[in-house]
Order: sequence, then structure tokens, then C-alpha cells
Amino acid sequence: MHAVSPLTLAALLFAVGVYGMLVRRNAVAVLMAVELLLNAVNLNLVTFSALLRDRLGMGQVFTIFLITVAAAETGLGLAIVLMLYRNRGTAAIDDARELGEDGALGLKRLPSPTPPAASENDKAVAK
Amino acid sequence: MTTTRALGSTTGVEITFILVGLLTFGAAVLTVTVRNLVHAALWLVVALGGLAGCYLLLAAEFVAWVQVLIYVGAVAVLLLFGLMLTRAPIGRTTELDSNNRWAALVVGLATAGVLVTVIADAVRSTWFDPRAVVADGTAKAVGSSLFQYWVLPFEVLSVLLLAALVGAIVLSRRDVSDQDQYQDQYQAPAAQALTEQSPTPEAEV
Repeated sequence: MHAVSPLTLAALLFAVGVYGMLVRRNAVAVLMAVELLLNAVNLNLVTFSALLRDRLGMGQVFTIFLITVAAAETGLGLAIVLMLYRNRGTAAIDDARELGEDGALGLKRLPSPTPPAASENDKAVAK
Repeated sequence: MTTTRALGSTTGVEITFILVGLLTFGAAVLTVTVRNLVHAALWLVVALGGLAGCYLLLAAEFVAWVQVLIYVGAVAVLLLFGLMLTRAPIGRTTELDSNNRWAALVVGLATAGVLVTVIADAVRSTWFDPRAVVADGTAKAVGSSLFQYWVLPFEVLSVLLLAALVGAIVLSRRDVSDQDQYQDQYQAPAAQALTEQSPTPEAEV
């Protein structure tokens, strides 16, 4: 097999992940793009493992490590997105710009967010 | 590094790899461009499954099954749960993309151009035969190298998973942040009502 095909696929997947990370507004969609980035790196590791025939199995073992770290990252990221949604009523990362200065880079401070109205389910849980 | 295979010969494995790779790439593009968020998650499943096929063709069968179990099984369900819990728009929506689409497109294309050019130039004349190293990809081989050479990272990784688990639970539990609100809403009025009905200690004195 020519080494170009898997490595090119990995590079293209990485570029698609970069594009998706920049273009999406919803935080969960951004997490999906991050998964694509991590998987591109995984494909690189597996390819070079086969290409270089490493004795220690480094490429494939590191791929498994990376899959584990990515799973942990997704779990924590979703928990953070959930906190963002609970506190601000939206999961759009464009609306979370408290750290930006007024007028810097053309950003405008949005009106102060209103917390989501408690739904029936939340009230039932609270009782 | 290179095998003795005659240069330029295309094997069936390579053709299959290119087909599966095209499927994976198309699914990845759809993941980041489609307007329906749930469809994006499902296209991500296709892309990750296609990558598992790529791993199989690269003779990394254990990694392929780990990919199917963790990514296609767990992470996809987790992402769908995330969409559900944040009440993401289920249908087709135009609010999914931010306003900087052209900047993102330029950055993405530049990344693709630089990476593909450099890589294609670097490995222009490198061929390899994944089936020659097929013993390295089995569960036995990966497991023995994992527990012979990489035991310490493995154990550190389990501590990391534990920390991530505890962190996710702490972040997503409700009762910590809601406790004060609960007291304000329900217990404070009740206490107030009690003190209003019964004479206050000051009144008795």
C-alpha cells in the first residue's frame, strides 16, 4: 500500500475537523469536530505503526490511550456544556463572551443572559 | 521501511482503503456542514465506523474493535445525550453555523493544503505492506506490549479516567448549586409562615 493514501486521509480529516471547530456555533457540534481531529491523529499513529514496524507496539498502544483520553474529554466537555446550558439557557459558544472586552475584535457585549425558566420536570425534581 | 513490492503496483487492499477513505472523508465533511444537528451526530458515527474499517485494512484489528466499542458505541451515544440535554434544535436550522464561515473555510483549506502537500512530498516513494505486520495488531500482541512496556502510562491513564469521572459527576449534579435556591424557595417561606403564626420570642419578652 502506498503510504500517501492513509496519511492524506488523516490530513484531510484533520482539516475538516479544524473547519468544523471554527464554523459551528453549538458547543456539542464543536465537540464532534474535536473528535474528528483526534481520530485523524489516531489514523496517523496506526499508519506509522505499520510503516515503521515498531517493536514496542507504540503506535497502536498510543492509539488506545488516545481513544481513552478522547472519551474522558468528551464526558467532561459535555458536562461543561451542560453547566453552560443550565446557567445561561443556551449552548451556543458565540454567546459566551464574558471574557471579551467591549469593542475588541468587533465583539459586542450581548445583553445579560437570562437563566432558563424552570421546566415542569425541574420543579418536580425540586419537590 | 519500504517493502520490496514493485513500485506503483496497486493492491486490492489499497483500492478498498481508498474507497473506505472516501466514505470516511465524505461523512466527515457532512458532519461539519449538514444543517441538522442530529444528522451531524449520525454522520459522525459513519465517519468513525469508516475509520474502524481503515484500521482493519491497516492490520490493526484490536484498535479497530476498540474504536467500534468506544467511539461508535459510547461516544456517539454520549453526544446524542448531550444534544438531548441541551435541548438542541432537532430539525433543520440555520443557526448552526457562526458568522465566520469564510474565515473557517480559508483556515481549513490552508490546513489541508499545507498538510497534504508536505505529507505527499515526504512519503512520495514509500510503500508498505500492512499484512506483513499483521501479528502486531492482534489483541494478544497489543496486550502483551501494553502490559510489558507501557504499564505505567496505562495505570496513569486509569487515574485520569477516575478523575474525569469524578469531575463529570461533580459538574453535572444538580443538588449542590440548587440547595440554596431550594431553601430560599421552599423552606424560607415556610419558616416565615411559622414565625408569623406563632408569637415571636421578642413579643413574649
